[in-house]
Amino acid sequence: MAAIIELEQLEVTLGRRVILSRLSATLTGKSIGLLGPNGAGKSTLINTLLGYYPPTFGTARVFGHDIRKDARALRSLIGFMPENDSFIASMSGLRYVRMMAELSGLPPAQALERAHEAFYYVGLGEQRYRPIGGYSLGMRQMAKLAQAIVHGPRLVILDEPTNGLDPAARKRMIQLVKEIRAQEGTHLLVSSHLLRDVEECCDQVLILKEGRVAAFCDLEEERRANQHVYDIELASDARSFVDALAARGCQSAWNGNGRVRAVLPEGPDQVDLFALAASHGTRIRGLERRRDSLEDLFLKAME
Amino acid sequence: MAVYERSYRRYPGPLTSARTRSLALARYTWEDVRRSRLLSPVLYAGFLWPLICVLIIYLHHNFDALRLLDVGVNRLIPIDTNFFYVFLSVQSTISFFVAALAGPGRISPDLTNRGLSTILARPITRTDYVLGRMLPLVAMLSAITWVPGLLLVGQQTTLAGSGWLAENWRIPLALVAGGLLWVGLLSLLAMALSAWVRWKPVAGGAMFVIFFVGAGFGALLNQLLDVRWGHLMNVRTLMATVWAWLMEGHATGGAGFGLFRVFEREEIPVWSAFLVLALLCAACIRLLAWRIRGAEVVR
Repeated sequence: MAAIIELEQLEVTLGRRVILSRLSATLTGKSIGLLGPNGAGKSTLINTLLGYYPPTFGTARVFGHDIRKDARALRSLIGFMPENDSFIASMSGLRYVRMMAELSGLPPAQALERAHEAFYYVGLGEQRYRPIGGYSLGMRQMAKLAQAIVHGPRLVILDEPTNGLDPAARKRMIQLVKEIRAQEGTHLLVSSHLLRDVEECCDQVLILKEGRVAAFCDLEEERRANQHVYDIELASDARSFVDALAARGCQSAWNGNGRVRAVLPEGPDQVDLFALAASHGTRIRGLERRRDSLEDLFLKAME
Repeated sequence: MAVYERSYRRYPGPLTSARTRSLALARYTWEDVRRSRLLSPVLYAGFLWPLICVLIIYLHHNFDALRLLDVGVNRLIPIDTNFFYVFLSVQSTISFFVAALAGPGRISPDLTNRGLSTILARPITRTDYVLGRMLPLVAMLSAITWVPGLLLVGQQTTLAGSGWLAENWRIPLALVAGGLLWVGLLSLLAMALSAWVRWKPVAGGAMFVIFFVGAGFGALLNQLLDVRWGHLMNVRTLMATVWAWLMEGHATGGAGFGLFRVFEREEIPVWSAFLVLALLCAACIRLLAWRIRGAEVVR
């Protein structure tokens, strides 16, 4: 799979503090999550990719464009939704987003058309003529998303997209992010504190800690690997059930108090487990497909 | 991403040239400038004196009109270096007010709510951004300073013949060079103050401080220390010195008009005037480079 973002020994120093320390990674996912505690360097990494901070060592490439040499071409492929407020208060939402589209290279007529569409798309169609300064926090988040996607970028960078959103608005934002991800040729880089958001939207996760790569995992692969692991709770201890599982080629671990963890081979499904338990004189009281949650991965990375 | 479908799609259409992106920003800046109610009367006032000058030049060459008005040609201001010096001084005074009204509001709104982090995430450089914000101001100031000056030279040359231009060849050069220097300085200063002071009225007030309080402080310094170098703090005297040198080849005391005068027996060397103006421009550019950033660096 072609690399979307390549980090090559990337180091960024602000003042005398090393914020990013020799980061190396090749990110290929359709939607990449950027996780880490406060001060891990997530926003610094995004700002460096945008060319706001110059690397002190190493480099990074986005779609093959070097951030040191090709910043202008690179920025034409990116749409950026910053974490903090970023708008011109006196401008109407539509005019602001239209200006952003024109600065990205769209001719004025197309920019106007796309600005209208973007506002309807994010659900602010009726508010588009109001000055952005009067928008609520949730509306500003949506307006920021509109300006990030108005020019149809290849990579949309979302820095804390669900910040300050109520549950309904958060759900709507996640839905929009998923729709954008589904568009062919569009990639996402989502930085968030909320593991749930990243888990829902991303297929690859880069976890940063103190400016270093703490972990890099492919969530899709993790999900696939965990697909056949089950935690089974039996109504009674049934050694014979565990033996029967082994006879069918399942690896299993029995803790002796009615709980069994089993890795099923290709073939038998959950219904077969219930039948097998019944034939060995026991009942399955609980059955859960085991998977490492992103939280587990994150906590492991933070250790 | 169609309105009726409300679905996302990428943009497949043509793109404008990367070099013209700052013009898009300039267009938006111009639309904002045009909305200012206070600015329009001042800007229109900037065309009044050039119209009077057109009339004076016309009368100089139309004896029928002079006879009709019962005015002798010797009662009219002669069309010479001093005429254009007065013209440049009057127009520059008005252009200062235009810059003080239109300049400070150009960059500060983008900084107030960190608008720059989204603007500079576009394929434009920081220089493109400043040029885009500055261009309408430069155009307005040019339209009331050196451009009408050059048109007046054209009118005079047409009516008086090319011999006049051959004799006064320094005048058009001085108008363009002196005018551009003034326009550039004012625009840079307005942009720098707009980037430095986020509150518009304060940024406008800071321009008056630099042009008038600096001059007063310089004069005080001259009085106290019995020197003339205090005039280096007077931007108007610096410009007057440069203009006088451009128009006449030397900057003697008494040259100039109105707010732009070279003080008698207190002339400063032309090189020092150029040096201070260059330093002032460099300071403005440095300030802009420091303030215009996509992300603030927290050290």
